[in-house]
Amino acid sequence: MSQEEKSNKISIEEVDYIARLSRLKMKPADKPVMQQQLSRILDYIEKLNKLDTENVAPTTHILPLGNVFREDEAKASLSPEAALENAPDKEGSFFRVPRVIE
Amino acid sequence: MELYQQTIHQLHSLLKSKKISSVELTKAFLQRISEQDSRIGAYISVTGDTALHQAAQADKLIAHGNDISILTGIPLAIKDNMCTKGLKTTCASRILGDFTPPYDATAIEKLKQQHYVLLGKTNMDEFAMGSSTENSGVRPTHNPWDLNRVPGGSSGGSAAAVASQQAVAALGSDTGGSIRQPAACCGVVGLKPTYGLISRYGLVAFASSLDQIGPITRDVRDAALLLNVIAGHDHRDSTSAPQSLPDFTAKLGKPIEGLKIGLPREYFSAGLGQEVAAGIDNARNILEKLGASFAEVSLPHTEYGIATYYILATAEASSNLARYDGVKYGYRHQDYDNLLQMYENSRAAGFGDEVKRRIMLGTYVLSSGYYDAYYLKAQKVRSLIIRDFEELFAEYDLLLTPTIPAPAFKLGERTADPLTMYLSDIFTISANLAGLPAISVPSGFSSSKLPLGLQLMGPPFSETKILQVAHAFEQETDYHLQHP
Repeated sequence: MSQEEKSNKISIEEVDYIARLSRLKMKPADKPVMQQQLSRILDYIEKLNKLDTENVAPTTHILPLGNVFREDEAKASLSPEAALENAPDKEGSFFRVPRVIE
Repeated sequence: MELYQQTIHQLHSLLKSKKISSVELTKAFLQRISEQDSRIGAYISVTGDTALHQAAQADKLIAHGNDISILTGIPLAIKDNMCTKGLKTTCASRILGDFTPPYDATAIEKLKQQHYVLLGKTNMDEFAMGSSTENSGVRPTHNPWDLNRVPGGSSGGSAAAVASQQAVAALGSDTGGSIRQPAACCGVVGLKPTYGLISRYGLVAFASSLDQIGPITRDVRDAALLLNVIAGHDHRDSTSAPQSLPDFTAKLGKPIEGLKIGLPREYFSAGLGQEVAAGIDNARNILEKLGASFAEVSLPHTEYGIATYYILATAEASSNLARYDGVKYGYRHQDYDNLLQMYENSRAAGFGDEVKRRIMLGTYVLSSGYYDAYYLKAQKVRSLIIRDFEELFAEYDLLLTPTIPAPAFKLGERTADPLTMYLSDIFTISANLAGLPAISVPSGFSSSKLPLGLQLMGPPFSETKILQVAHAFEQETDYHLQHP
């Protein structure tokens, strides 16, 4: 389909819903743009439905590896100071965030 | 020839025989960067002090007569999505703010063990999402061959740094073509190794089942030499392959007689540029003269690659990028009344448009009611794409294709429409979906003197053979010796 054609594969309400799940605040003006762009990509992706995959197993991983286990041994890791070095806000050995429980 | 035009293996001999020092070499590059990079934009940060310190250390080792390794004292550039201890790592994103990793990526650790020199961190599409480096949150990178054109992406900074002689070689990362496509656009060599050959520990995650680190170099031998250093199993990456490692240079220069190479017809369809097709014909003739045989073959599911990729890669990205929450590191928005608002405002202001689009798309295809229709469907089509390759590699050693359908496009040409940009990766994406190794090598120039690239793909862990054939082709041509 051409770029000019409008598609409404997903609605503005769905854009709102997905933005909420994605933890992204969206400006009202950006929503119709996002709606159009996502709809156009989803229209393109539809082409997969031409394929019969009834009896095809999904690929989750490329290598023939199962669970990868290791010995349960204590090893050196980052110190709390190093782990907190980049925190936008911290107190003592904790990350500080806005109040969660009212 | 200037120092900054030479390869790793050439400079290694000069260092080893004490004809030059690493400090001298490093200064030549820092000088070159200060002259060139304002117009190219290859680097996000130049780490001059670190570089000179590392170079002085390397010179000490050389002076003491130690048996130095191939990378000792060699100045390299690193894509800014690999963690470098104590040095800012931004992924060209505002959301990482001044993030300064408290640890090194495994690939970086391995380079350090060899006493390499870090010149700086290179520009990229934000979180490696893009094909032109225009999605960088810092600035776009320009193609050294024509400043009005893109260098490709997402490792556009690394490819442009090598092409404009601002680094001997570089590391990039490749999720859907992000090493090979910019290498082709900039006229240098780029190798995406088999999934699992190189540890992803410390590589900032985009799509974990597809991401792979690899070298961007002036010639094929350098790619093999760098691969020798960075490859190997790592207990910190459970998806790295417990594989014994060959010497990746072992077959360079060995005859390629008798090798069977397939030409997948889906890569030579109507849309292919005339000059690109002619470049592949030329490569075929050269390799035939060296004793390889060719046959037209088919990868019937090729046309589904991009759709499959944009479901799987965005789904994985939406999950991987959930970690940017303004709590642990990076950017936090100042305006919020509660935790949810802090998340939403930080992420809205911290991520660029393309990253947001992909998080949204990935969240959508994983969301309740759509998982089977999109995500599971794409995982199944991925199996079909893999099966196509397995059938061919039962009979053929390698596949030869163009890397890019046309030379580098102009800045701004594809930014208006995300889908058009996605189609830039049409020839490179399948190797990621199937986890295969693939290399791009300079294959000539367009009439307007823009580089073109050819791609060789092989079965898992066939890097030695890919490098052998790429090297055989390169030795018969001089495309890799030309400079912008």
